[in-house]
Amino acid sequence: MVKQAKPNLSVNIGNLVLHNPVMVASGTFGYAEEFKELMDLKKLGAIVTKTITIKPRPGNLPPRTCETPAGMLNSIGLENPGIGRFIKEKLPFLKKLGIPVIVSIAAEDNPEEFSVLVRQLDKINTVSAIELNISCPNLQKDRLISQDAKETFALVGAIRKLTKKCLITKLSPNVTSVPEIALAAQEAGSDAIALINTLTGMSIDVHKRAPKIGSWVGGLSGPAIRPVAVRMVWEVYNKINIPIIGMGGIMDIESALEFFIAGATAVGVGTANFINPRASLEIISGLEKYCHKNKINSIKKLTGLLLRC
Amino acid sequence: MKNFQLKAKILSQTEIKDNYWYCELSAPQVAKNALSGQFINIRVSDNLDPLLRRPISIHRVSGAKIKIFYEVVGKATEILAQKKKGEYLDIIGPLGNGFEYSRITKKSYKRKNILVAGGMGVAPLVFLAEKIKFNKPLVLIGAREKEQILCSQEFKALGCKVIIATDDGSLGFKGKVTELLKEVLSLNQQASKAENIYACGPQPMLKAVAQISCANNIASQLSLERHMACGFGACLGCVVATKSGYKRVCKDGPVFSGKELTW
Repeated sequence: MVKQAKPNLSVNIGNLVLHNPVMVASGTFGYAEEFKELMDLKKLGAIVTKTITIKPRPGNLPPRTCETPAGMLNSIGLENPGIGRFIKEKLPFLKKLGIPVIVSIAAEDNPEEFSVLVRQLDKINTVSAIELNISCPNLQKDRLISQDAKETFALVGAIRKLTKKCLITKLSPNVTSVPEIALAAQEAGSDAIALINTLTGMSIDVHKRAPKIGSWVGGLSGPAIRPVAVRMVWEVYNKINIPIIGMGGIMDIESALEFFIAGATAVGVGTANFINPRASLEIISGLEKYCHKNKINSIKKLTGLLLRC
Repeated sequence: MKNFQLKAKILSQTEIKDNYWYCELSAPQVAKNALSGQFINIRVSDNLDPLLRRPISIHRVSGAKIKIFYEVVGKATEILAQKKKGEYLDIIGPLGNGFEYSRITKKSYKRKNILVAGGMGVAPLVFLAEKIKFNKPLVLIGAREKEQILCSQEFKALGCKVIIATDDGSLGFKGKVTELLKEVLSLNQQASKAENIYACGPQPMLKAVAQISCANNIASQLSLERHMACGFGACLGCVVATKSGYKRVCKDGPVFSGKELTW
């Protein structure tokens, strides 16, 4: 009997080649070092860092998290050491891992800050790709860039001129039409779309009659949001032709597969990292088994392979 | 500090009084590395609700065993209490920084160390008392009423002097444990020269302990409790305000110096 070849799990995101399509989502993995004793980091497809801003940010008023049914709310508020200390203190560890490092960045006040950050990151070899976080719900803004197609187009277009590195645009689910925003990002030159960021939510302690988190409203993540995320990935897949990195409540192989079948080229594991640090590695081996069992020789063929019910 | 994720076998699970449980786990790596004041983060079920792990402090360590002491207060601890001997628990640990006591020596015998516990706050302090038992620490335990006074026998068995305070006066001093602390510091000469005050309990109690310690020029170490998403420093959810900015209770704590916190 001829032994079936190992399925090929590698995927391309712009000019970036991933050994496998499983990455960890921004904000749920720190700068990877926090996980070094709990898993073999080198097996990950890529690491997306916690979002970096130009200046250090202390983050939002605690309490910053609370549990909700099959999910959690967070309002961390992009606490980070700023790009200077990130490069000096966090990047060397990431470099040693030898796997693709995707740096997530955000602007605090002015979209121009994205350009400043990209100019610096563009010069660093360890940085394999840049994720534009234009969808953080915890910055107390009336409106996010990713809630407006024109602003998204303008920002991605301006950044595209500054770097040849792979550019990923992370979108918010808190909009009327995600495909419209995704199209704008694609037309402006984004190499890929990451979706979804958290859904805005609120939870109340009825005994204290007070919100459970300090900023009142936060971002909902975890399995509770998965059906929304899968639906959005599928809608966007039908409208654009750049790769989608799907995320939102992926806990295990089955939930990851939903995203591939809906149209994702790669997936991001988020909240699951807190509960089962090895979730992403279990998904990688699960993908191999699934492809093998279903005689799919390359994971690329699974993207959008959705049949009628 | 090293931490591990493992399936720990439940060696015993005993309800010592209504809703208060002892649980012994076989966790050799955790037991070997555990410091007093550290905790483990437990996944009580594979289901999605409750979703997050629950941080529970390490109560005792012996050989390859760790013991936790917990109160059933909600959905997760209810599930935990239903686990039977022989089942396995997915745990991560030991986590956090732990109490600092390296400067306490046998020679510092005359300079007392005081442990202040409120309610379930006794849980990590028993482990600490065991580590510094040669110093014969003074232990103040407070609760609303007699029935909620926990672990006093365990402390006594370790050679500690125990004084109890209850809000309703049903046992020992009538009043808050922090009022008892004030009284002990003013009346007891040896206690007033205490070298450290270690405390664990509700937030208002800890705040009062910090103020009293400061007023008496005694260093304090307080073990805090916060809602945590990860428990190992990644999510930045459990932060507390300190003089040097926000710090993570799970990783930079749970033990903080009373002077450091800004509340």
